Amino acid sequence: MADASTSSRGDLKLTRITKSYSDFNAVDDLSLTIKEGSFFALLGPSGCGKTTTLRMIAGLEEPTAGSIHIGTTDITTMKPYQRPVNTVFQNYALFPHLSIYENIAFGLRRRGIKDVKSAVDKALDLVELPHLADRKPNQLSGGQQQRIALARAIINRPALLLLDEPLGALDLKLRRQMQIELKWIQKEVGLTFVHVTHDQEEAMTMADTVALMHDGKIEQMGSPADLYDNPKSVFVANFLGQSNLIDGKIVDSDGDNFVVDLFGQKVSVLKSRSSAKDASVLFGIRPEKLRIQPSDADKPGNVLTGGRIVDVSYIGVSTQYQVEMPWGQEIMVFEQNDDGIPPLAKGDGVRLSWEPIFSFALDGHEDATAGSEVEVSE
Amino acid sequence: MSTVEVPVPTLPFGKRFTRWFGRNTIRIYAVVGFTYLFIPVLYTFAFSFNDSAKSNLTWVGFTFKNWQNPCGAPEVCDALGNSIRIGLIATTVATILGTMIAFALGRHRFRGRSATNTLIFLPMATPEVVLGASLLAMFLNFGINPGFWPTVIAHIMFCISFVVVTVKARIASLDPRLEQAAMDLYANERETFRRITLPLVAPGIAGAALLAFSLSFDDFIITNFNSGTINTFPKFVYVSAGRGIPAQANVVGSSMFFLALFIVLTGELIGRKRRKR
Ligand SMILES: Nc1ncnc2c1ncn2[C@@H]1O[C@H](COP(=O)(O)OP(=O)(O)O)[C@@H](O)[C@H]1O
Ligand SMILES: [Mg+2]
Repeated sequence: MADASTSSRGDLKLTRITKSYSDFNAVDDLSLTIKEGSFFALLGPSGCGKTTTLRMIAGLEEPTAGSIHIGTTDITTMKPYQRPVNTVFQNYALFPHLSIYENIAFGLRRRGIKDVKSAVDKALDLVELPHLADRKPNQLSGGQQQRIALARAIINRPALLLLDEPLGALDLKLRRQMQIELKWIQKEVGLTFVHVTHDQEEAMTMADTVALMHDGKIEQMGSPADLYDNPKSVFVANFLGQSNLIDGKIVDSDGDNFVVDLFGQKVSVLKSRSSAKDASVLFGIRPEKLRIQPSDADKPGNVLTGGRIVDVSYIGVSTQYQVEMPWGQEIMVFEQNDDGIPPLAKGDGVRLSWEPIFSFALDGHEDATAGSEVEVSE
Repeated sequence: MSTVEVPVPTLPFGKRFTRWFGRNTIRIYAVVGFTYLFIPVLYTFAFSFNDSAKSNLTWVGFTFKNWQNPCGAPEVCDALGNSIRIGLIATTVATILGTMIAFALGRHRFRGRSATNTLIFLPMATPEVVLGASLLAMFLNFGINPGFWPTVIAHIMFCISFVVVTVKARIASLDPRLEQAAMDLYANERETFRRITLPLVAPGIAGAALLAFSLSFDDFIITNFNSGTINTFPKFVYVSAGRGIPAQANVVGSSMFFLALFIVLTGELIGRKRRKR
């Protein structure tokens, strides 16, 4: 069949894509470029428009506005079967009346490719299930079905492989194992993977690039480390890991740094780590970047004094402290238990310190709880 | 510590019976229910071996002659042949049309869809007497005399509704993502229908066809109005009931029952084998 599956390769480019349903936009003016050969994660809470975006790329949904390109080929209006794109569906969608072998061979047969047998055998080997070729899908476990769905898509060597929460139905242990395996398979076959998930840990561990979606828009895009260390909005800071966000005011500029006043105490933050619009900021620092010492200790760097420990939980590798600050806010601190010093006790007066490069500043007019209460389980 | 012997009390018979009955209620109901359902079939089957001359109402003696010569009695096979012919044509046409309607209703949004959905139920809800009489009136108005083809047309009409309802239920239970997955895997609309949709809906269509055939084969009221001088098996049985039904009618009835049983069991076996493999 004549289609674009062999001809068009290159980066995937979404340009100002919108998908409107009767009263709202599930995807809202979204632009995005995904590099050829990369492992790209589309991350976001349930209902933010991830599946809709994926379905538009696959051709199962037509965008209300905008265009989609692979390389230089415009695929916006192509039928799903004309696109060099394959999907691993959220519930696998294996054909129940066909054997595993025929499920995997389906794409090749439709394209009239000759040497089906060796290709299917190879695909089955890749997912390590060669002994299941003659079974029917309903005789397989969830994890096995997941691998078959992957093999069925990968065998076609698409320019783009779309995975919609492919590990969502698996239990935690199997999920961690499959994350590693998927990453390995992606390297092995060298295809572009677009992986949709609502699990931030999954996105961070697997992807080269993560795009965090929120209400049909991309909130921020970058490497996992970039998103984690340098969030540009409260939503990102809270959705990826945990953050302490403290109200503050920029009071001075000092070379590469802003000097920020936090309830009377001066600290500094890199200008490149600030997305403040004016003097009002939310000063951010990750719990594991904080160091905690008795009040009388002396340590350079950014320091906040006058804290008092209100809660201590010892969890093996680390100790988790809740520290109440003079202005009433509770700050979370994760301290590694690697220095042989016994943990501090509840009620102790403490000071918190950190390297200035670990902190960030956000627009002070944002809601400091955005993204934090979003449910992460579906 | 020494073990204490606990005497096992023997319950009085009444209590034991109540307990046994309580545990086996469902089984007892099932046995009673099936007995009730199958006694007429058994009766029919038994009397197909009756060595009766004219009337098959009293047991005369055991014989195989009815089974060896099912067409022995006048008109039995003539009527049976008509019934089968009408049934096959009506089933084929009703299944094809009904399946197409079911797909239209199940898969496409169009103006008048919900109205069609309701209208399709009407023939099933209308009393057969009314349906039969109106059809006859209509045929006569068009100048068509009752006979073979008017009967076929009437049967197609009332079978379609049942086919639509049966097939539509099957289509509704079909996961649309399977078809999307096929399209995603380079199957165009036609191939998707042929390789995914149709095979998955096929059991529903087969069930609908069986239902249509048995409805058609069985029908007396509508047929009686519209068949004129054409004799069908139900008509034959009804007419001869007055002067005594020949034992050959029992042979035909029993055969139909065993044929149906065979089809159902084969289907079940194939299904089970498929699931096992
Ligand atoms: N066919 C549809 N009609 C109306 N609303 C829809 C439809 N499909 C999805 N939506 C809505 O669009 C939003 C985004 O859905 P989806 O892309 O499935 O989210 P996600 O995959 O991120 O959980 C949701 O609010 C969902 O209810
Ligand atoms: Mg989704």
